[in-house]
Amino acid sequence: MSTGRLQGVDRSLPVWVASALALVLLMALPIGWLASLSVGGEAGPTLVHYRRVFADPALQKALWNTCVLAFWVGLASVAVGAPLAWLTARTDVPGRGLIRGLVMASFVTPPFLGAFAWVMLAGPNAGYINKLWRSLTGADEGLFNVFSMPGLVFVVTIYTFPYVYIMIANTLALIASDLEEAAAILGAGRLVVACTVTLPMVAPALVSGFILSVLQALALFGSPAILSLPAGFHTITTQIWSFFHFPPKTEMAAAFSMPLLLATALLLLLQKKLLGRRGYAAVGGKGGQRRTITLGQWRWPALLAVLGVMACPIFLPYAILAKAAFSRAWAQPLTWDNFTLANFSFTFFEYSATQPAILNTLELGVMTACVGAGLVVLLSYVTSRRLVIGHQLVAFLALAPVVIPGVVLAVGLFIAYTRPPLLLYGTLWILFLAYLTKEMPVGYAQSDATFRAIPPDLEDAGRILGGGRLRVLRDITAPLARSGVIAAWCFIFIGVIRELSASIILFTPATKVISVVIFDLKEEGQFGAIAVLGLVMLAMTFATVALVQRALGRDFLGTRE
Amino acid sequence: MKRWIALMGALVSILALGSAPAFAQDARVEAAKKEGKVVWYTSLALPTAEKIGKLFEAAYPGIKVEVQRTGSQRILQRVMQEMQANLKLVDVIHTSDAGHFVLLKEKKLLMKYTPAGVDAFPAGFKDRDGYYFTLRATVNVIAYNTKLVSSAEAPRTWKDLLDPKWKGKLVTAHPGYSGVISTHVLALVQLYGWDYFKQLAQNKLMLVQSAVDPAGVVASGERMVAVDGGDYYYYQMKKKGNPIEVVYPKEGVPLVVSPTAIASFAPHPNAAKLFTDFTFTRELQQVMADSEGLYTGHPEVKYPSDKPKLSELKLLNVDAEELEKRNEEIKSRFVEFFGA
Repeated sequence: MSTGRLQGVDRSLPVWVASALALVLLMALPIGWLASLSVGGEAGPTLVHYRRVFADPALQKALWNTCVLAFWVGLASVAVGAPLAWLTARTDVPGRGLIRGLVMASFVTPPFLGAFAWVMLAGPNAGYINKLWRSLTGADEGLFNVFSMPGLVFVVTIYTFPYVYIMIANTLALIASDLEEAAAILGAGRLVVACTVTLPMVAPALVSGFILSVLQALALFGSPAILSLPAGFHTITTQIWSFFHFPPKTEMAAAFSMPLLLATALLLLLQKKLLGRRGYAAVGGKGGQRRTITLGQWRWPALLAVLGVMACPIFLPYAILAKAAFSRAWAQPLTWDNFTLANFSFTFFEYSATQPAILNTLELGVMTACVGAGLVVLLSYVTSRRLVIGHQLVAFLALAPVVIPGVVLAVGLFIAYTRPPLLLYGTLWILFLAYLTKEMPVGYAQSDATFRAIPPDLEDAGRILGGGRLRVLRDITAPLARSGVIAAWCFIFIGVIRELSASIILFTPATKVISVVIFDLKEEGQFGAIAVLGLVMLAMTFATVALVQRALGRDFLGTRE
Repeated sequence: MKRWIALMGALVSILALGSAPAFAQDARVEAAKKEGKVVWYTSLALPTAEKIGKLFEAAYPGIKVEVQRTGSQRILQRVMQEMQANLKLVDVIHTSDAGHFVLLKEKKLLMKYTPAGVDAFPAGFKDRDGYYFTLRATVNVIAYNTKLVSSAEAPRTWKDLLDPKWKGKLVTAHPGYSGVISTHVLALVQLYGWDYFKQLAQNKLMLVQSAVDPAGVVASGERMVAVDGGDYYYYQMKKKGNPIEVVYPKEGVPLVVSPTAIASFAPHPNAAKLFTDFTFTRELQQVMADSEGLYTGHPEVKYPSDKPKLSELKLLNVDAEELEKRNEEIKSRFVEFFGA
């Protein structure tokens, strides 16, 4: 860099102050309070809360349940996501665009809505699928009980496998086919090639997808609350939430949050290590050719199988939600007698919580997305152009919140901001802070990718021709980065409107958001109103997705034809 | 809809004509109007709560009712959590766990206020110090799906539910959410001891939260029999044509009284008083009895003929102070037996 050292320091000062302040407000304060409360006692530091938490057999069971859930979700997500990615990235299966669209739809569907829909589909007795099964086979028992650990694993997996899909599809798109072809020329069959050449090359992406899925399953609150509580078991997240019930045991909630925080941090570290090794072969650069594998007579059966899989996260749940929204009784067939618009009129005009909740959600969504997008653009520009000393540290800080599960973050924020000097509980600001922290890493990753894709030489050219940095930023960088920034905005917005795990601990009646209202309704069993609000939420989500598609001119998952 | 409008019309006219000391009343209404709204934390079933809110808004245009409906235990959690953060949000608190009001009174969080017309209520419906009064009452019952269980097979007593033939076929609501259920659990613990619930748990019950929800679960056929739940919501569901029948066990039905009180720190005290008075008028208490199937303390209220009178039932009473003392025990032992 040609600029003098002193100048560099000057320029980095505001960035550093801003990052430090954001870090303190968003992470250090909540996590610090969390840690201090977890060891806080009347007479100095104590481990009594930890001892109580880890000695309690019921809580040990919750820990174990979460491990079981996360492990199987990880495996199942790889089992579903990897073949799907291979099919769309490498073969001539028909409808590849459609498949990608469906995977994206499952990616953005709020998991707790999916869980709620699956209660109607696979409740052991009244669930549609089980009723159909019994009437077809005459069996006494249903096919599948969604209120069980396998049920929970299934429902979480169908909304988590897109993480694996994205990792694998993007990796496959980068690996040239020449190694595979070489193996084929040397006489290896298709299966042998897949197992001995392709698989090892995507192994790091596979493991990394597995870890991402495990992390999702660890942090999830809504689906376990909907599916595991009726079956009489807790996971870590639902247990932390119930520590807040009266009389509150905040210290135990804090102590019980720590293993979740540690597990997440360790897993992410592991994933970083794996990705840091950059695979075993030709990853990097888009050099060689990628040859499409022809499926021949298996083309259509393959598509059918994929559509069958995608019925689970998309077709079936969406259909049952729509049906419930128009039914008097969701478990009865949708006949003329059972048809009603009353759920809509109740939800929008009689239920007084609906309108404020939609407004709060939109307000928070727009506010967080604007501030968040601004912040991540600033941070990622600074780091990708290495404009300040210690830019790696800034990048790390922007990504760090990824390790904090929503419930844990909420416990920390609650403790930090229900006391002076910053009494934020009861205002939208505490939710804003939670959302900003939670969505920052996603926004940062998106925005960082954008700036990395804009070669600095264009900017340098501008500088050489006499433009100042600001002028170059305005005339060259900004137009090129525009679509990426819009995408970051949308990612944050979508993340905010579906957020439940932090909101459920931080809301007050005046600051309810749609997800909290849906959860409230779920606890009372008001299926019709939940279905209506669920449709509202999906409509908001897909409108935003459409915006991203337009802005990026390609699909949402970052995979290309 | 038509019935609604007629009902509202009737209410408005009654209120307009019936307000004898019109002058004082006008000043009260004016003061309440200035406040503009009343925030009501209530554990009434959502449609019932919203209906009462709309009736009040029709009677007193310009004063909004902000209905915040959730389970009784969640309401207590909200109130205490907000106190801790020094947030003053709630005006009127209404839950189905009478123990809450013992606690709130002790913590000096309630305003001393006697709603108009409650003098004639039975003693069990009134706090002797004048802080809280019972807005409505219900009893816990057994209910079953008539398409799946014949009347001959249906359980008749609380202990019938312990029969292993019901394994996987029962649903219960949760005392950690619902005041109706925490009261129910204490009543049956007093009758049979915790052993009853320990045995009941062997039948692998489905756990839902609200005392309103088992009605939906049984109506949908997800489970055949509900082991608890307020009879008023079953009554409503049955009236809507759902295949539900209610059993009032002969050993007695736990009576749940649901008090209401004004918060000592209420941000809209005048609207809160006006609203509280409104909910205790004969007309409104009659609405609760008629279309909702609730019991009330009002001596002039007439009850629907297709529902047993409170006086015809053997009631299991629970002491509010006892309920307050054993709040945590009830929740934690229930979780111990049922898993969550």
